[in-house]
Amino acid sequence: MDEQTSRDFFEYLLRLGDDRLILGHRVSEWCGHGPILEEDIALSNIALDLLGQANLLLQLAGQVEGQGRDQDALAYFREATQFRNAILCETPNGDFGDTIVRQFLYSVYALLVLDQLQRCRHEALAGIAAKAYKEARYHVRHSGEWLIKLGDGTEESHRRVQAALDKAWSYTGELFVGDDIERRLAAQGLAVDPASVREGWLAQVKDVVAIATLTLPADGYMQRGGRTGRHTEHLGHLLAEMQIVARSFPGASW
Amino acid sequence: MLAMLDEVKDPEIPVLSVVELGIVRGVRQEGSEVVIDITPTYSGCPAMHEIARCVTGALAARGVTARVNTVFTPAWTTDWMSEEAREKLRRYGIAPPGKADESPLIPLMRRAAPPACPFCGSHDTTTRSDFGSTACKSLHSCNACHQPFEHFKAI
Repeated sequence: MDEQTSRDFFEYLLRLGDDRLILGHRVSEWCGHGPILEEDIALSNIALDLLGQANLLLQLAGQVEGQGRDQDALAYFREATQFRNAILCETPNGDFGDTIVRQFLYSVYALLVLDQLQRCRHEALAGIAAKAYKEARYHVRHSGEWLIKLGDGTEESHRRVQAALDKAWSYTGELFVGDDIERRLAAQGLAVDPASVREGWLAQVKDVVAIATLTLPADGYMQRGGRTGRHTEHLGHLLAEMQIVARSFPGASW
Repeated sequence: MLAMLDEVKDPEIPVLSVVELGIVRGVRQEGSEVVIDITPTYSGCPAMHEIARCVTGALAARGVTARVNTVFTPAWTTDWMSEEAREKLRRYGIAPPGKADESPLIPLMRRAAPPACPFCGSHDTTTRSDFGSTACKSLHSCNACHQPFEHFKAI
């Protein structure tokens, strides 16, 4: 791998890893607060899957970077501007409907990207993707079925989940923008150009939204910046909580 | 060597050994140590560290110096579980996994038939949640004998 490709690939692995680390942390905030016991357990399991995937991806990122940073150094000792997650992943949990909408929109995207990524030319990344793909199928099913239950549920649940969908929509554009890094890597079979999954994503989302008797929001202004380190104020608060123990006691183990 | 490893049980499902689960992918001698290839069931499986510790511990007790190497390719599938292992699961009260779902992409609305109750064998069961006490299990209840039960998810 030449120097440029190696730099690109490190950046790309951060994007993949940071999405899962930040979203996994958000979902883990439900632990002990789930609306029913089964859901508390389900969300904790999904968070665990995402954090497990983040662990593997950031470990690989550290190896590609070759500066001696491992997954813990990357997770706990970077500032908000150095994170490459999509902004959608850092949006606050809101109510259960907000969480389900965020999870559904992201999970379908993740599934489509992982599906291609498991056939990429980098053996280690393909292996991680193949594993994560199997997990992502369950995540899509979980959030998709909830979206239908809430949308096609009571007047109140319908109203709230529609509001959640309208609110989350402006954060979805960023997922599919893609830039030179992804295009250069995709040309070498090392990444998925996210623009290539937009159509498939929209078709799946449309289907489920229709079954849920919800209305697909119109595409308006789309938020972006997460992939280049421009985040909302929410990420700083999330990191403060996530990183405090590691930063207060560097190198501590238990 | 496999016989020794067969004594190492999964900490979360103590009725199955790491060999029966299909997570031991290879055993080889490298110089003075034995290298055991292990593949995780789930990316975030919290039992992996404990399994690695148990594997090296069990072999150390027999005077064998071993090292655990984690492999990801090919990804673990419940299809690697033997018939005997499935029967052990059923007797333990966990419905064994069916064939791993290979259908393309979005699995929504296309559920496989619900698992049969491991206690009474009835197929009249209800899925409570796709996520159980561990990532690898889902929660169900039997409408015939009214027992709640867990199912080892096909993956």
